[in-house]
Amino acid sequence: MVAAAAREIRDGELVFVGMRLPMIAFALAKRTHAPGATGLFENGIIRDTPAPTLLYTMGDPPNLCGATFCGDMISVMSLLQQGRVNVGFLGAAEVDRFGNLNTTWGWRNGESVRLPGSGGACDIACLSQRTVVILAHDPQRFVARVRHITSPGNGDGGGWRRAQGLPERSGPSAIITTMGVLRFGEDGEAFLASIHPGIHVEDVVRNTGWTLRVPHDLVETPGPSEAELAAIREIDPNNFWTKA
Amino acid sequence: MTAATVSKIVSMPQAIGEHVPSGSSVLMGAELEQMIPFSAGQEMIRQARRDLTLVGPISDILFDQMIGAGCVSRVMAAWVGNASSGVGYCFRRAVERAIPNAIETVDYTNFTLAMALHAAALGVPFLPTSAALGSDLLKSNPNLREFASPVNEDRLIAVRALRPDVAIVPVQRADAFGNSHLWGNLGVAIDGARASRKVIVVAEEIVEPEVIASDPNRTLIPGFFVAAVVHEPWGSHPSPVQGYYGRDHDFFAEYHEQSRKQEDFERWLEDWVLKVSSRADYMKKVGEARIANLKVRKHAFTAPADFGF
Repeated sequence: MVAAAAREIRDGELVFVGMRLPMIAFALAKRTHAPGATGLFENGIIRDTPAPTLLYTMGDPPNLCGATFCGDMISVMSLLQQGRVNVGFLGAAEVDRFGNLNTTWGWRNGESVRLPGSGGACDIACLSQRTVVILAHDPQRFVARVRHITSPGNGDGGGWRRAQGLPERSGPSAIITTMGVLRFGEDGEAFLASIHPGIHVEDVVRNTGWTLRVPHDLVETPGPSEAELAAIREIDPNNFWTKA
Repeated sequence: MTAATVSKIVSMPQAIGEHVPSGSSVLMGAELEQMIPFSAGQEMIRQARRDLTLVGPISDILFDQMIGAGCVSRVMAAWVGNASSGVGYCFRRAVERAIPNAIETVDYTNFTLAMALHAAALGVPFLPTSAALGSDLLKSNPNLREFASPVNEDRLIAVRALRPDVAIVPVQRADAFGNSHLWGNLGVAIDGARASRKVIVVAEEIVEPEVIASDPNRTLIPGFFVAAVVHEPWGSHPSPVQGYYGRDHDFFAEYHEQSRKQEDFERWLEDWVLKVSSRADYMKKVGEARIANLKVRKHAFTAPADFGF
């Protein structure tokens, strides 16, 4: 999962890193194929090097010490509005077939559950050139239609983003799950693009809350290389973030 | 707003007593996960403030505590919860079941909240952005309105300027007149201070004006914005202050467990806020072992900059 996420980062790109798994993915990409990538944090931090230790929040002191830049939220988030941010990583409570994300209203045992809200997720989903969603693959999270669009994906299909006024070069690029990688067709709908080693297609389909499109020539997600595994062991020696 | 010649240093109870009456809108958590003014919020709880509007991009568990204590009627924020573990149980109870009272939520994104404060800091009624287009936030937040750009074909969101009654901003050091040095990630602190009608600075250290003037680029809040200066070491615990102390991760995890049920939260509030008489008293409760563990282990001083001529 981490290796697949890291591969979404290309060398030289500006990356909204986020927390937890994407942070490991960013550190991994920096050590392997994307040494020239730059990490952006919405609290006002820009880093050319990953933080020296694992973090609980992006405001932890090790993420500030040795940063390339510390400043206002607007000085970092305005890069989104300018269209300069290449890729942003997001999590969610729910994602739907068009890649819309919900982090505002959940549903548990038949009752509405108020979740924390957008944070910077909606901004990133609206304005970064590519959005990569990372989450556990289960039917509670993969729903036909999110109850609340906190962060827009492709709305209700192809052309929707442009009709809303969102930038032409923006939108969901991949959903990386515990079972595979989903990508998006011209019509804006997600399909299974690759399946992780050892996972059965039927299980992916069963754990998705809509009829997931599976291409005939489905490929397997390439497993982590020796170099990637070695880098992951260095970054997360106790498998704190990379158990799955 | 005048450059003072008289010290603005007051105690936290005085600052809250004088500048934050019930019904105020209060900006806190402007520096996001670092430098959250816990001691100020907890003083508002002790002084039984009611009907506050809390403003902040994310608030971590301070907003959750104040909501649970019944101080709050409205939250204008992008994210409310516990940065370590996600959910804020008091926030959930208030929104879902009106415990201890119903609250109104005005949902922003981080960028649109930053723009709302930036607009007020600029003195303009709104600023345009394409963030939040297509989001359901537009349905519930009347301060984000779609409009057609007057200069091209774009559809945009007008983010209405937001002017809080008071901003509470922790800083590393200030002089007695409120001229403040702060460093690290700044979030919306600078716009927030300029946007608000009053500013209370909570300083880890009080220094002579000459120290502030030695590094004017680091003076991010000039004293004429500041109504009161509170000298309160460890005032942001359990959140971190760069160069002073780290984040007390365990505290956030413990709060998560102790706020899960309303009756447990009430006990937590009694122990950690209502029975506490001062910040020094609070730190005694935190305990020496824990404090020692949070202190800076390895200093990292900046290279000096030459302001000579």
